[in-house]
Amino acid sequence: MIQVKNLTKQFGDVTAVNDISFEVKAGEVFAFLGPNGAGKTTTIKMLTTLLRPTKGELQIDGLDPTTQQSEVRKKFGIVFQDPSLDQDLTALENMQIHGALYHVPRKLLKERSETLLKLFELWDRKDSLVKTFSGGMKRRLEIARGFLHSPKILFLDEPTLGLDPQSRNQMWNQVKSINQSERVTVFLTTHYMDEADRVAQRIAIIDHGKIVATGSSQELKDQTKTNSLEEAFLALTGTTIRDESATSADQMKQVLRMWRR
Amino acid sequence: MGALYILWLREVKRYLRSRAQIIASLGQPLLYLVVLGFGLGPTFQKAGGGSYVQFISPGIIGMAVLFTSIFSGIALLWDRQFGFLKETLVAPVPRIQIMAGRTLGGATVSMIQGSLVIIISLIAGLRPVSWAGIPLAIGFMAAIAIVFAALGTALGASLQDMQGFQLVMNFLVLPIFFLSGALFPLNNLPAALKIVTRIDPLSYGVDGLRGALIGTSFFGIAFDAGALAIAAIVLLCLGAWRFSKIEI
Repeated sequence: MIQVKNLTKQFGDVTAVNDISFEVKAGEVFAFLGPNGAGKTTTIKMLTTLLRPTKGELQIDGLDPTTQQSEVRKKFGIVFQDPSLDQDLTALENMQIHGALYHVPRKLLKERSETLLKLFELWDRKDSLVKTFSGGMKRRLEIARGFLHSPKILFLDEPTLGLDPQSRNQMWNQVKSINQSERVTVFLTTHYMDEADRVAQRIAIIDHGKIVATGSSQELKDQTKTNSLEEAFLALTGTTIRDESATSADQMKQVLRMWRR
Repeated sequence: MGALYILWLREVKRYLRSRAQIIASLGQPLLYLVVLGFGLGPTFQKAGGGSYVQFISPGIIGMAVLFTSIFSGIALLWDRQFGFLKETLVAPVPRIQIMAGRTLGGATVSMIQGSLVIIISLIAGLRPVSWAGIPLAIGFMAAIAIVFAALGTALGASLQDMQGFQLVMNFLVLPIFFLSGALFPLNNLPAALKIVTRIDPLSYGVDGLRGALIGTSFFGIAFDAGALAIAAIVLLCLGAWRFSKIEI
């Protein structure tokens, strides 16, 4: 479903993604793990047509995201790591825009919006402006919106960042359910190893722009002779802290990108 | 088409919800009309130009449309900052439709704003030569709105951050306004100024508005309409091209 060959992305002289190759099979839940700044989001952006690779080949369901952008965009849905809601509109209006952008039929849109907003406990606030929402509520809305249409591939870029355990649980159940009932291929990144352990059939670990290991959770544990995925992850990527936090790292990356253009 | 409509609707909804902003943005045109209109009025009258309020009203209407439309385009920067832009860019909708929806939405909003300024001008003392000129004036407002909403989109797609915004404001938007003949007649200008005013698309917009509302036009209404149409085509293409190149 997803094929990546020798993919490289450079921002000026910073190499964010360095010659990586991997494959995700149809119907698989694939976790892409790595410390902050390892190149996860950059990879997702290239797969989802938001960035052009410096080098390498990409295929999404047999299509090339660099040349067949519109066709590729029809194949996937995405929940971004950072906010992507219109804060000056209501929760329901954000759902409606998403529905129109993804050609969800009106009746289905209405039904699914209601189901999803209820599922993520936002239905009571559906007519409130998003800017009045708390961080967790915004996050929940982003996730509810991501499930509005049924794509072939669903990208989840640290979807559970800042979510309480209840919502996290709800969300992964939903992911599992659409993966099983609709055979949606899921490509996810997360910093919570227990989540990856629970839902992912296969895991790739990326560090400094390179893939350092691929396999099932068990295979990674065997390979590193550790007892948990977290230990395996640390054994593979080391224990040094990369950045103070995800947000400041992202800001730095943004500043860098601004100056580079 | 659904995508185009929903993005148009988004612009209009956001505008109608920002009541405080609507009122605030009417302050500037009002100030120009009253202070310049009545302050310079006697001098203008003595120089044989007739009523100055009458003369600058179309200019101020043009200004209101210019500012609103160009800022609606540059609002792309805010969408980039707050992340909503990503949501539209990964959607399975041709970017040209996204750009068109935003631009038409921005143009609609600017026309509402321009219409409010027409009303203020009427209160301040604008007397249209004939009421039949009003629909024509609205047509010219639409043309100005589309031209500059497209320019704003091109700018918003090219700029990376808010710092560039000041630059655009001071070196592009204000010159477009001041060099358009909104405040002074276009005849008997020094050669350099004459050339610049003829490059400025707003000159034709203001001149067309003047033709429609007070019956005096420098270039001729047909010429104004043609010039605006060309500017619109060029800037829409530029905007669409810049928009198609956005990377996040």
